[in-house]
Amino acid sequence: MTQAFEIETVRTLATRIRRHVVQMTHRAKASHVGTSLSMADLLAVLYGAILHVDPSHFESPSRDRFVLSKGHGCAGLYAVLAERGFFPLARLTEFYQDGTSMAGHVTHSGIPGVEVSTGALGHGLSIACGMALAGRRDRRPYRVFALLSDGECDEGAIWEAALFAAHHRLDNLVAIVDYNKIQSLGAVKDVLDLEPLGQKWEAFGWAVREIDGHDIDEIFHILSAIPVAPGRPSCVVAHTVKGKGVSFMENQLLWHYRPPDASEVARALSELDLER
Amino acid sequence: MRSAFFRTLLDLAEQEDRIYLVVGDLGFGVVEPFAQRFPDRFLNVGVAEQNMTGVAAGLALCGKIVFTYSIGNFSTLRCLEQIRNDVCYHQADVKIVSVGGGFAYGALGMTHHVLEDLAIMRALPGMVVVAPGDPFEVEQATRAVVSQPGPCYLRLGRVGEPRIHGPGAVFKLGRAIRVREGRALTIISTGGLLETGLRAAELLSGVGIDARVVSMHTLKPIDEAEVVSAAAETGGIATLEEHSVIGGLGSAVAEILAESAGARGRLKRFGVPSAFAPEVGSQEYLRAVYGLSPKAVFQSLRSWL
Repeated sequence: MTQAFEIETVRTLATRIRRHVVQMTHRAKASHVGTSLSMADLLAVLYGAILHVDPSHFESPSRDRFVLSKGHGCAGLYAVLAERGFFPLARLTEFYQDGTSMAGHVTHSGIPGVEVSTGALGHGLSIACGMALAGRRDRRPYRVFALLSDGECDEGAIWEAALFAAHHRLDNLVAIVDYNKIQSLGAVKDVLDLEPLGQKWEAFGWAVREIDGHDIDEIFHILSAIPVAPGRPSCVVAHTVKGKGVSFMENQLLWHYRPPDASEVARALSELDLER
Repeated sequence: MRSAFFRTLLDLAEQEDRIYLVVGDLGFGVVEPFAQRFPDRFLNVGVAEQNMTGVAAGLALCGKIVFTYSIGNFSTLRCLEQIRNDVCYHQADVKIVSVGGGFAYGALGMTHHVLEDLAIMRALPGMVVVAPGDPFEVEQATRAVVSQPGPCYLRLGRVGEPRIHGPGAVFKLGRAIRVREGRALTIISTGGLLETGLRAAELLSGVGIDARVVSMHTLKPIDEAEVVSAAAETGGIATLEEHSVIGGLGSAVAEILAESAGARGRLKRFGVPSAFAPEVGSQEYLRAVYGLSPKAVFQSLRSWL
């Protein structure tokens, strides 16, 4: 498989994730469509070209681990797992539904391929640290990728984990920050400014790369050369757009909350045309 | 109790290489032998209990048996959400250890008075809650929780508690140990007040009252049958805990009695009211303030009967 072919496949996967997310949030009348859209390209590269995971052996001890620390972005994760064959695509209709296990914050219970349940922010990176350390101690070659939201970086626990990872030189650990610049009640810079975010991670001892979180090629090249620097954990600050891919959702706080109605779904799907 | 715990852990770690010890920058003078013997399985995460618990969960999800350790409320309350979500929801094999239960650090002030931990840990789904009553129970409990996968909270006292149990004692998680036989009433204790319960029983014996004494080292799952027998066979039940009267042993026993058709027994709860201690002092002093000395328990029970 050539790299060019992979990238086209990944681009299609990202679009498919977005289409699922729009339909899932509509059917479920669910929040958080914008956050799943901002990370769709990151997920597509991870699950399409980077992660060593096998749907038929998803508990293999040597698999790469992916921890979705921003658990409210679960629609995107469920979608990519279904696309990768961890469970049937038909199960995506269970999202939010009575009597199912497909919760509105990511859960491992009953959902193959999900490593860790989150939903309270600030938990995932510490768990990822423990997994990375176990891999090191057991001399297993796997990597651990944790996807964080920007608002989540308000949590002190993130910085406890950041100190820990650098101290223990966990260069098999990657934190990716989906920096879409909008958190729950407003713009990140207005709520609790994180800038200079990359420099903060750098100061905590991480090797940092800032990228366009929607540039499939750039994401792929960074994530296929982990660690960014030997002996240091890697942080990828991915500059993204909340609601990316659906013009009327982009950069709008409203779509942290509002589910799309039927006509909005139709408009969104026409913009997310797989044939284009 | 602290020494018994570390001695046992060291011994277990020799046989089981999945055992990790993760501490929050506390344990001076006691963690060093483990750290030196197993440097790859010892982590001092610094003063960062949320990360301590999350890291422990991550290690456990990769097959390790992880003990987290700190004093007082730091290993429980400071990182409660990590315990609930990361440990309990994932049924991660993490054993949370707190040293200094009750007023063991009484003079250090209210931050170090550990009085709500049992109630809070009991409420968490899947959590086994153990408060051993003497060094024997500490050793046995430590071995037992390693053999039984899943979350556990182990509440220790501090140092110097006497061994209560004789050589024939049998420890099993979830099974209370009857330390003394009696018919007039049953004193059920948890944690380090076991000695107090026994001494109170001896004082009662001196005035012709034969009290049964039960060590309820496991608060969850609690030994319901032992509580029901105490209610049926003796004249009343007194619970004894160095903990708030809300949510701990007294509450657990009351819940059983309230739902047991045959349990007619009267109940008296010894513990600490839900209020911050207005003064500091040694463990012995503060126990006496709250009526938890052997003499105070004796006098109270004598008039209660």
